[in-house]
Amino acid sequence: MTNEAIPDLPEFNDSALDKAFAALERRATDDAAALPSPEAVEAFRLRWLGRKQGLLSEVSSRWLKAAPPEAKKPVGERFKTLKELVERLLDQAAGAGPTDAALAAEAIDITLPGTRRLTGAEHPITRTLNEITQVFAALGYSVGVGPEVETDYYNFESMNFPPGHPARDTQDTLVVANQERRPLRDRLLLRTHTSPVQMRTMEQQPPPVRIVIPGKVHRNDAADATHSPIFHQVEGLCVDTNITFSDLKGTLDHAMKALFGSSVKTRFFPSFFPFTEPSADVQISCIFCGGNGCRKCKQSGWIELLGCGMVDPAVFAFAALKQPAYDPRKISGFAFGMGVERIAMMKYGISEIGQFYAGDMRFLGQFA
Amino acid sequence: MKILTKWLRAYLSDLPANDAQLAEDLTLRGIAVDGIFPLEDGNGSFYEMDITTNRVDAMNHYGIAREAAAIYGLELKPLDEALPAPLPSAQPFPVRIEAEDACGRFTARVLRGVTIGDSRDWFAGAEVATYFGLLEQKQISNAVDATNFAWLAMGQPTHVFDLDKIEGGIIVRRARPGERLKTLDGIERTLDPEDLVVADHVKPLGLAGVMGGWDTMITPATTNVLVEAAWFEPMAVRRTARRHGLHTDASHRFERGADFNAAPVASALVSRILLANGGSIEGSLVDVRVPAFESRTAHRQPIALALSEVHRILGTTIDQEGITASDVENVLRALGCDLVSQQAGKLAAAREDSKWRVTLPGWRLDLEREIDLIEEVARVYGYNRFANTLPSFDRGVQALPWAQSEAAVRNTLLAAGFHEAIASTFCSAAEAALTAPQPGLAVPLGNPLSEEAGVLRPSLVPGMLAMIAGNLHRDVSDVRLFELGTVFSGATEKVEERPALALGAVGSLAEQSALHPARPIEFHDLKGVIEQLLSRFQHRSVYFDRFPPEAGLTPAWLHPYRAARVAAEGITVGWFGQLHPNEASARKLKEPVLIGELYLDRLYKLPLRKPVARDISRFQPVRRDFSLILDQSIPWATIDQALTGLDIPELVDWRVREIFRDARLGVREYSLLMGVTFQAADRTLREEELQAFQTRVVAAVAKSGARLRT
Repeated sequence: MTNEAIPDLPEFNDSALDKAFAALERRATDDAAALPSPEAVEAFRLRWLGRKQGLLSEVSSRWLKAAPPEAKKPVGERFKTLKELVERLLDQAAGAGPTDAALAAEAIDITLPGTRRLTGAEHPITRTLNEITQVFAALGYSVGVGPEVETDYYNFESMNFPPGHPARDTQDTLVVANQERRPLRDRLLLRTHTSPVQMRTMEQQPPPVRIVIPGKVHRNDAADATHSPIFHQVEGLCVDTNITFSDLKGTLDHAMKALFGSSVKTRFFPSFFPFTEPSADVQISCIFCGGNGCRKCKQSGWIELLGCGMVDPAVFAFAALKQPAYDPRKISGFAFGMGVERIAMMKYGISEIGQFYAGDMRFLGQFA
Repeated sequence: MKILTKWLRAYLSDLPANDAQLAEDLTLRGIAVDGIFPLEDGNGSFYEMDITTNRVDAMNHYGIAREAAAIYGLELKPLDEALPAPLPSAQPFPVRIEAEDACGRFTARVLRGVTIGDSRDWFAGAEVATYFGLLEQKQISNAVDATNFAWLAMGQPTHVFDLDKIEGGIIVRRARPGERLKTLDGIERTLDPEDLVVADHVKPLGLAGVMGGWDTMITPATTNVLVEAAWFEPMAVRRTARRHGLHTDASHRFERGADFNAAPVASALVSRILLANGGSIEGSLVDVRVPAFESRTAHRQPIALALSEVHRILGTTIDQEGITASDVENVLRALGCDLVSQQAGKLAAAREDSKWRVTLPGWRLDLEREIDLIEEVARVYGYNRFANTLPSFDRGVQALPWAQSEAAVRNTLLAAGFHEAIASTFCSAAEAALTAPQPGLAVPLGNPLSEEAGVLRPSLVPGMLAMIAGNLHRDVSDVRLFELGTVFSGATEKVEERPALALGAVGSLAEQSALHPARPIEFHDLKGVIEQLLSRFQHRSVYFDRFPPEAGLTPAWLHPYRAARVAAEGITVGWFGQLHPNEASARKLKEPVLIGELYLDRLYKLPLRKPVARDISRFQPVRRDFSLILDQSIPWATIDQALTGLDIPELVDWRVREIFRDARLGVREYSLLMGVTFQAADRTLREEELQAFQTRVVAAVAKSGARLRT
């Protein structure tokens, strides 16, 4: 088609011009109808709009320039219309993009797995600790922390474990070497519970106090599926005027519902901890069977979850050595503590406590 | 501990609950029944009990029967102390308490002409054979079984001696230096001068309150018996038992406080059982008491209890009426307390201001204070009968000062694809020596779990290496882990704790797939993560440097030429790099391990960076590439600093696009393609300006020792 030259115009009257330009418009339209690829579009552009050999350039030189002066204007107007048409056709062709065939050639296998970037997983203990502290933050509890290496005074004595008391036997303690010659209260050990932070907090601030204390603790225990010498606790302490045992019950009942679902029920049993009195163990209705009895709850419908109680006046007496406002006749309070591993194991179906500390990528990756 | 319901019921008439109900009611009062095991032939059940350590009084049948009596409001039958009349004796059996600080009471009863044999059901209340059979309690002889029966019945330890082996009389005293005693377990022991012993006039007979002696034990030939029932001071027994590595039923009870008044009752029970097989009592009971202990146990001063205090501590009950004065009285009386109302002439039982003087029972040494009585009221009333209330609070919640910084660190690492791990708090002494940032300040444990866990970790590196090795040995080849944990330093007098971060990486980058080849992770990948981490904090300067090996500054666990120190504001905040090949091979790690540790206490001193937005220039940036040839000794940092020093505001970015070596370069040379971007905030840069900038860039890099590749 490019070889089809533009014939000279025999006449320059209106009807002759109309006929000649209409033929060219038809030709351009036909030409633009089949442009399968960007290359064809480019060829179309060169054929019509090319600066030297383009058809419009030829029309310009053969018809416009050859027109007698009185016909210049009608030819020019018609030439402008034609040029606009060609440009529009070109725009349309370019905008239409590649054909389906062209696209089909670019097909890929979308069933191949996606290329993933590894998402890091928060440790299930961190995750559980955060869940617990958030539940209590909503009840007005700030977070408190303390050292992992403690003195005998904070870990035991001020928590109302007197020297030589049999209750100390229940918490097999890892001790720092070479303490034998120091006064008992100064001897260093690895804290066996997060409770010493109760005392450290009360020594720092007068009542009211509301804190939760997440932390790592250690005991000289043999490891098995559910015991580890390293584990984590969250301790809580609430002290104010008129804090009662029923407040303790209400607080923990609310917290357990927040952690395990609103249908969870709690029940309280008398227990013994040297630093609380009255002391209680708390059970929640089994989160696996809803309380009907299953293998997880040993058919009892209940799962034991935490220990708690009213702060023992003897503990307040130790706090009052530094903060006289802890007068057990004027204030009262409760404390509670829970094992984080146990809660995490329940929540996520973890069977071996040792998995928490092995750093196995396959285990940790499940929590991403 | 095992408890027979049949035996319990013997102390109570008409207990209105079956064994399952009784178990639940006891458990809800803190006398925990862990398991119920039905027995055949109408023998009820046995309970497996789990009694808290403060309730030694309830670790026996009579003690649990007392709890049941309190729960159901039943009468508890008194223990039968009846005995046949004694034959007269010329003089009382000699008993002397020399260690008056350690023994509060010693009773001795002489039985003559007894016959040692098998146990039977001797009389009502002494069904030794039946009960022992149901409990699967080993039967030894009627004498020893009698003491065990008294123990199981009422929790009072007793002891029987072959009287004919005792020379003179009994002296309760401290052991003499070098004295020896063969105890009932057959072990010959050298006694400590602090040990409390029951002795005769010549030799020690037994470890008081812990275990009897071999030489005076009952044999089939024994005909004359001395029955001991005593009260020993808890600490004295505890220390003696500990020194000899012994923990017996007797020591367990005495350590936690026995009932001062129980000795004669238990002695009567043991004696009556023995005498049921023949024999007679000689003389009346010898009963030596130390008044100081008697007043501290059996005859304590009454304590005050106010109903208002009960309500202040316990709060609201579900029942509208709440805990009444008569609830308090009923509970405490059932447990053996004696209450005297302090409102003379008034009907105290109905009043909120009720007050009492409460006399405490001798078997409840755990009761000492008003709060102890309040607990008893709550316990027997039933914890689950209290309402669930929430206390009001009108204060704010405070976060820990470093909570946000820690969250920023954790989130950055999680986003970079590292899993969070928690490793052991302990490491071996060798690992501590290798990794301690301050050498020689490792803290050893006095009683470590094992030698490999003998020291408090001075660094998170040992734990990280153990976790990496664990993964690789389990054929997990791509590892990305971090740990946020505490490290310890100092001496055994004072231990410092600091927060630290460890990072470890092995294997390929995660982007590999069927479509892209895997690329092994390398030093600069870890460096990038650390740069991202540091960029979360506000700082004027952060840089990475390294030291010649002979400087001794690079941690020994790092490859000396593939490690970097991280410094922020001129202070070392950490080290990272490739694990030293020696350490890798010692742990059988074949692949290069990238590992680092940051000292978070130092990093957390920097404030978190607060993002500040700047307007993005509307004007066209211009990029120019420069191909440089450098000597190997010139690192990128030199070029980087040279361009920083130019201080051209329009020089907005420069970076390494490629590094390569080829044959046309000198042996010690490398080529670096650097991309530089110019952009002005307020105008389009003119060609002359760009030319001027380029000339300065070229001059600056040339001054650093680079030449342009032509």
